[in-house]
Amino acid sequence: MDLNFTPEEQDFRTEVRDWIAANLPEEIARKVRHDAPLTKDEMERWQLILHEKGWLTYSWPAEFGGTGWGPVKQFIFEDEMARACCPRILPFGLKMLGPVLMKFGSKEQQDYYLPRMCDGTHWWCQGYSEPGAGSDLASLKTSAVRDGDHYIVNGQKTWTTLGQHADMIFCLVRTSTEGKPQEGISFLLIDMQSAGIEVRPIQTIDGGREVNEVWFTDVKVPTENLVGEENKGWTYAKYLLTHERTNIAGVGKSNQELDRLKDLATSQKRNGKPLAEDPLFAARLAKVEIELMNMEITNLRVLAQAEAGGAPGAESSMLKILGTEIEQELTDLTRRALGRSAQALTPEVDETGYNGPHVAPEGFNNASGVYFNHRKTTIYGGSNEIQKNIITKMIVGL
Amino acid sequence: MDFSHNETRRMLADTIERYLRDKYPLGPRVEAGNSDAGFQPAHYEALAELGVLAALFSEDLGGFGGEGFDIAVVFEELGKRLVNEPVLDSALVPGSILGLAGKTDALEEIIAGAARYALAAEEPQALYDLTDVETTANKSGDGYTLTGTKTVVKYAEGAAGYIVSAQNDGKLSLFLVAPDVAERRDFITSDGGRAAELSFTDAPAELLLEDGAAALEDAADRAIVALSAEALGIMQTIREMTIEYLRTRKQFGVVIGKFQALQHRMAEMLLEIEQARSAVINAANALGSKSGAEKARILAATKYSIGRIGQLVAEESIQMHGGIGMTWEYDLGHYAKRLIMIDHEWGDQDFHLARFIELGRAA
Repeated sequence: MDLNFTPEEQDFRTEVRDWIAANLPEEIARKVRHDAPLTKDEMERWQLILHEKGWLTYSWPAEFGGTGWGPVKQFIFEDEMARACCPRILPFGLKMLGPVLMKFGSKEQQDYYLPRMCDGTHWWCQGYSEPGAGSDLASLKTSAVRDGDHYIVNGQKTWTTLGQHADMIFCLVRTSTEGKPQEGISFLLIDMQSAGIEVRPIQTIDGGREVNEVWFTDVKVPTENLVGEENKGWTYAKYLLTHERTNIAGVGKSNQELDRLKDLATSQKRNGKPLAEDPLFAARLAKVEIELMNMEITNLRVLAQAEAGGAPGAESSMLKILGTEIEQELTDLTRRALGRSAQALTPEVDETGYNGPHVAPEGFNNASGVYFNHRKTTIYGGSNEIQKNIITKMIVGL
Repeated sequence: MDFSHNETRRMLADTIERYLRDKYPLGPRVEAGNSDAGFQPAHYEALAELGVLAALFSEDLGGFGGEGFDIAVVFEELGKRLVNEPVLDSALVPGSILGLAGKTDALEEIIAGAARYALAAEEPQALYDLTDVETTANKSGDGYTLTGTKTVVKYAEGAAGYIVSAQNDGKLSLFLVAPDVAERRDFITSDGGRAAELSFTDAPAELLLEDGAAALEDAADRAIVALSAEALGIMQTIREMTIEYLRTRKQFGVVIGKFQALQHRMAEMLLEIEQARSAVINAANALGSKSGAEKARILAATKYSIGRIGQLVAEESIQMHGGIGMTWEYDLGHYAKRLIMIDHEWGDQDFHLARFIELGRAA
């Protein structure tokens, strides 16, 4: 039993930390720290900095131009990125489609698409969910009908994160209505500039504009954009869901949020005493800190398993539930720590064009927005209820 | 990182597991625990012979283990079979203190299973706080006499001596008291075990440690690792029983594990048991590798977690079993009772949450 990272892994952590400190633009880090939305340029800028270093493809095997790092190094890298408030690496191309193409794509698709994910040519988005197919994804209806050397696509995708910036979308489409719903699904790559595609923004309850609807009306897609075989798309999608889940718990991000919250609870005062000394608040804060401590070990256990070549099963679902519940509790406590000023909906000081008052401390001007935004975490990525179904199915076997 | 136990500990776990599987049915354990017998001495001696007690102490003290993970491995196995032979109360806790006091002969007897001792530290007014002591020590000739009352002294009956904490001229000292000079009133505990209330009136006592606070804290740390690992073992047995029950019990023509209401309760329980395992690993690791407030904070976090999760597992498993889980005849209830009673030893979840907060403020 040894809970420590090896000296080599610790050196690696130091190397990553130092490099981030020297290369992460402070104005970007501040926005991430304050949960302020990033512009497309800012996100691309950080990805290009990582790309030049060769770390953008940190989760890819060396044969496809990746770092070839194992699960532990990937975890350390992600952990350091989160602690330093780096923008998250957009997962859609690099972490979702990339591995699918490596495993199931043609040589031509690999050669064409993989480099373009890295150099900023293609911004990818994901076309899975539909208005009628949320948790029950296999009931999706967007159809692709073969017409010579093209598919004609009709239907609607939704919850398409950052689709407003996207050049390409990977979609699950229905190519057959025979047999079980899972057996008629194909995996298709579609150019967002194609005629017949319309992107409509969905404004979320926090006022954010991150997700979209994508409508397809007689969109022509070349058959060479089919990944793998027709009607095998469900297998590829499932592969994607089980791949790369070493950091699903978000330990680094939550630790960083916890530190911020502790500072806030010290500076916020009630009757001249820090909020951190209020027994009820202190108890909730301590409980979430302990949950996080335990989850950190649970995460390392899963990581050690993955490093040894094991495939995490129910543990991924457990970490998703734990991680998102902890995240939500932290955003809830942050909102509460602000008291009356949590009502204000004001931009941060560094956001242009705002001359009004700031009633919340710097970095906490949108704490309620962040709280509302984080309600999504227990819904997306397979809702926590779906994760519970998976856990019981895998362990009890029913 | 490596989350597997070394060869020696795996062998130790196997040895205990095999012995208990072959020789330790639950029936006699429940019967002994809920009668004046308290436990089964033959099993206690057999565990000593298997090296279970020696595994709890370092080589310096005549054992062959003594690290956090040695303690955790032993108690996880004991928990799985709901062993109530007083390995914690008669050996680990008093042995740790006697070792620090240099009582090597007594410790040797403990490790051999030839003598048992008992710690009498908590008082009726203290509610888990071992520094809240009203028992007083007075100098008397070359020695001391003690006056006061200690509550819920586990397995006091049959002990070769009591280790008693007392106020001694501004210090919290630890004394050794012979059993015949104390007034002892024995009773049965809710989880099937034995305890006593001890009263001392000018009882002659031998000074073990003039400044006993550190030794008490060390014993508490070890006890927390042991109890938490025992709780984890119990949770695993409950986990297996509940999985089996969900797979076989039928209602409305289907096995009840098909019902989503129960699936989600079960998923929550399974996830929390993994968190409990992580908490135990954290504590066992901290026992030897951390110090001061950092170590104390991890141990408090673990005991809090075990208290909270233990209660959840006890309550949820009974609920998922339905009526059968309420019966004395069925095994589950006995496991659940011990799980809840563990929260009443060495500080419950509220006590340790408050301690965690206090330690965080001091840091």
